[in-house]
Amino acid sequence: MPIAEVPNLIPALPEIFMVTVAMALLMLGVFQREGDGAATVQTARWISYLGAITLMLALLLLLTVAGGRLVGFSGLFVSDSFAVFFKTLVLIGAAMAIVLSPAYLEHQGIARFEYVVLILFATTGMMVMISANDLISLYLGLEIQSLSLYVIAAFQRDDIRSAEAGLKYFVLGALASGMLLYGSSLVYGFAGTTNFDALAAVFHAGEGNAPALGVIVGIVFILAGMAFKVSAAPFHMWTPDVYEGAPTPFTAFFSVAPKIAALALLVRIMIGPFGELVDQWRQIVMFLSIASMVLGAFAAINQRNIKRMMAYSSIGHVGYALIGLAVGTEAGVQGIMVYMAIYLFMNLGAFACILGMRRGERMLENIGDLAGLSRTHPMLALAMAIFMFSMAGIPPLAGFFGKFYIFLAAIEAELYALAVIGVLASVVAAFYYLRIVKIMYFDQPAEPLNRPIGREIAAVLLASSLIIVFFFAYPAPILAAAAAASATLF
Amino acid sequence: MAGMIVTTVFLPLIGAVMAGVLAFFAAADKATQGRLDRWSQWLTCGPMIGSALLALFIFRDVVAQDNVGTVELFTWIDSGALEVSWALKLDTLSAVMVLTVSVVSALIHVYSIGYMRHDPSIPRFMSYLNLFTFFMLMLVTADNLVQLYFGWEGVGLCSYLLIGFWYDRPSANAAAIKAFVVNRVGDFGFALGIFATFLLFQSVHLETIFAEVQGKADATFNVFGGEFHALTVICLLLFVGAMGKSAQLGLHTWLPDAMEGPTPVSALIHAATMVTAGIFMVARMSPLFEYSETALAAVTVVGASTAIVTATIACVQNDIKRVIAYSTCSQLGYMLFACGVSAYSAGIFHLMTHAYFKALLFLGAGSVIHAMSDEQDMRKMGGLRKMIPVTYAVMWAGSLALAGIWPFAGFYSKDIILEAAYAARSGVGGYAFWMGVAAAFLTAFYTWRLLLMTFHGAPRADETVLAHVHESPKMMLLPLLLLAVGAIFAGYVGFESFVGGEAAAFWENSILVLPVHKALENAHLVPGWVKVLPMAVGVAGIGAAYAMYMVLPGLPGVLAERFQILYRFLLNKWYFDDVYDFLFVRPAFYLGRNFWKTGDGTLIDGVGPDGLAAATLGLARRAGRLQSGYLYHYAFAMLTGVAVLITWYLFHRAG
Repeated sequence: MPIAEVPNLIPALPEIFMVTVAMALLMLGVFQREGDGAATVQTARWISYLGAITLMLALLLLLTVAGGRLVGFSGLFVSDSFAVFFKTLVLIGAAMAIVLSPAYLEHQGIARFEYVVLILFATTGMMVMISANDLISLYLGLEIQSLSLYVIAAFQRDDIRSAEAGLKYFVLGALASGMLLYGSSLVYGFAGTTNFDALAAVFHAGEGNAPALGVIVGIVFILAGMAFKVSAAPFHMWTPDVYEGAPTPFTAFFSVAPKIAALALLVRIMIGPFGELVDQWRQIVMFLSIASMVLGAFAAINQRNIKRMMAYSSIGHVGYALIGLAVGTEAGVQGIMVYMAIYLFMNLGAFACILGMRRGERMLENIGDLAGLSRTHPMLALAMAIFMFSMAGIPPLAGFFGKFYIFLAAIEAELYALAVIGVLASVVAAFYYLRIVKIMYFDQPAEPLNRPIGREIAAVLLASSLIIVFFFAYPAPILAAAAAASATLF
Repeated sequence: MAGMIVTTVFLPLIGAVMAGVLAFFAAADKATQGRLDRWSQWLTCGPMIGSALLALFIFRDVVAQDNVGTVELFTWIDSGALEVSWALKLDTLSAVMVLTVSVVSALIHVYSIGYMRHDPSIPRFMSYLNLFTFFMLMLVTADNLVQLYFGWEGVGLCSYLLIGFWYDRPSANAAAIKAFVVNRVGDFGFALGIFATFLLFQSVHLETIFAEVQGKADATFNVFGGEFHALTVICLLLFVGAMGKSAQLGLHTWLPDAMEGPTPVSALIHAATMVTAGIFMVARMSPLFEYSETALAAVTVVGASTAIVTATIACVQNDIKRVIAYSTCSQLGYMLFACGVSAYSAGIFHLMTHAYFKALLFLGAGSVIHAMSDEQDMRKMGGLRKMIPVTYAVMWAGSLALAGIWPFAGFYSKDIILEAAYAARSGVGGYAFWMGVAAAFLTAFYTWRLLLMTFHGAPRADETVLAHVHESPKMMLLPLLLLAVGAIFAGYVGFESFVGGEAAAFWENSILVLPVHKALENAHLVPGWVKVLPMAVGVAGIGAAYAMYMVLPGLPGVLAERFQILYRFLLNKWYFDDVYDFLFVRPAFYLGRNFWKTGDGTLIDGVGPDGLAAATLGLARRAGRLQSGYLYHYAFAMLTGVAVLITWYLFHRAG
């Protein structure tokens, strides 16, 4: 018996690649000659290009190793089509966020190469989360991700709001991590294992008998910790402050990638090991879902800062996605996957629009600053209108289909109350999305914004609005991928 | 033959569409507008005159060569047992109606060219007139009840449009709405009647119904636990429709107000044609009415009462058009009670003669109004006979016809109606006869009152108006003269065919009279005094009017003073409008206002959209306040969340 086996590295190849390159880039950056400001900016810029390329290579690698269920590291790590689907989303999200970043950072005078390196590390953490097949690897991935995110949130060190955001996120994130760990230890204590497959077998064996109370309490704690990460109400409180305070391109990243990863993890853990206990936790997920949808709808109405509004909007979107989890069926999971895929593009698009809001030297963040945008920046206004309509769920834009599949799953599972509340909440939410359209198209123009808005922003805008507009024409790839991926969980 | 009737009916529709298109062109200047107007006049009068000429041939064909039948155009509705086609039914009854309608309409079209000369929207007016004629022809040639209803509603629509033609006048709008709403009451009854017919016969096709009616003579409807004779129910419901359209007592209030429309409209729609649709319908449905004594009695009583009541009102009105309008109501009453005593052909005969002389009177009145610079109050007229002699002469002809003086048209038709009523030898027949005779006296009286006040005595208009008094243009006088010919000769010419010895051959199967109802046959055998009486009271009425307005001009004032209650009662039209206002209009407004303010505004808007919006805003504010910004608040919320979830779960499990 060999003392140390070489573990099967193939399933984790993209992660290994990512982490290696990230460290290499870190070295590259660190060993650059200390120079003046311009040199720093230059370094940051090409390192961010390299970062984006890395993400694309990782995506390529991911798709190469994809296929079948690959388990590695003694069952700690799993790569299946479910993981591949979500990792693809995360990688695309991270790449677009990196593309959007340099211009902003340079304007704010915070262009440093660490930013991109941190995003790469965070992305790696997310990928580990998505592939986690054990409570230990789950925590590992979560912490890699979170620690990087705490730092980036406070990246604009000399800005009080950014520092505050980073600190708040750190303290509350630590609290959530504590809850998650506590819940994990309870589950381990009562079930005797941390491995997902083993847990599933344990609960499956005890079919018919109610599980030990400690397990359920443990699950509630794990759920609470995860709810913090996906910013579901009532664990959402940090979200608006962090979204507002953090640098905008980071907020764009923040609103998509970690959320997608955490949701994937949540789905995997609830459907996988705890799948037998669905009747026990469904109520809790329903509560989280309803609370998030309602809060996301109502609290956003009074916001003047568009980043805060987007924070509440993202809370609402998580609420809709959680409907799919509460349903707990293959259709529900498929709904979540489609929803998150669409959410990724419309949210990134919307943030790209926000990044285009610059007047003189100042970034604008107030909704009122969009007044009359249709006359000064017709294309920007059109793109924003598309994203807002899509978020409000107006057909034939993609956002409608995201909601449609989710609600369809809920109706099929006879969770009518959930579907009805979801629809009503989306009516309320439509108000603040449409208000932006109204402000852009019907209000008197304020002082015009700067133009041009920048090539990177324009590219992201174009790509995401095309996807949102034409999703209905050719939805098959996403639908098929989601169907195949969700099937692996059951 | 088929082509002819189709052309006759659809020519006006084509004209209406063409003129209607012209109405949408905005003319840049006066000359263009004038060209547009002339075009629209040509485009509508041309088809109308063509239609009238064709109608003459059709009439001759039908009467002389018995060329009757039905022209199927295409299927309209085919659903279950309900089969409805667009089809034009041609028999003596519809031929008479087509002829009357198209000829009078053509004359009035021509008259309108002159009368509406200064109006700014001539194409619209001409288009409406043509459209009306189309609907009216559709109505009289309908071969099923649904198509009849189509025409019925169509003429109602045109009536509404034309009463409200001068839509910038509030009174015209009010009158148009009133006409429409009151007619709606009748139409509702008519619609129910059609439904009931379909229920009983499983068909709305007239010939099918008529073929089966004998077998259903004793059928009953069971409504709310009560048994009702089915044909009576149907006939009464249909009659409600006729009452609305023909302005019979109870539903007559819209007709006098309808005089807000231009005078040619009053002449065409509210005297000669549309208002007679009710009489036509009753005559058309005679195979049904014949089997229901109750319905016939109701028709007789309502008709006779209308004849007398509206005649009394006409005696005290001062607006020249209103006098004629009430007279129209009264004459329609005559026609209806003729139908009620099973003398349908007499009713239709009077309908035809009346169309000529009433149109004549209205157009004459229009000519007077035209001459008097739009003055309609007879108290401000007087002494016009020298200034507008042609109008004066034709008005005389029309008045003599209306008053029923031999040998004018009205004499023949009114006489035969009264004789038939007497010959019916029933209680309601007797009532109708005596009411009719009394109304004949009043008719003569108010007609001469109108003539004398307008044309005789000293002029009461002021200088400027008098200076402008002028005879109407030839375009208006020509139709007047032609109508005068009708008013003089129509009765004499038509008598033998319509109600005399040749009647049976003339009408053939288009009207059914059961052998037990012999009123019309016996009408020729009534005692001599019955034959003489109508004319005698007519002369007496003329005499009374002459005495009051020529010999003793102070007398009307003294009488009005002396019998003030009666005078006011008549002047206020038996308070019909006031009672309706009190009973229906104001409660409806009150109800509507309540529903609007309380029901919709406070309740639905307040709780619904507005309330929800306010609640949403409130919730939004509160949700915003939760976000204090303090870290420990956030941590507290998270811990509370976990605690609540676990507690909830424990309780859930325990329960």
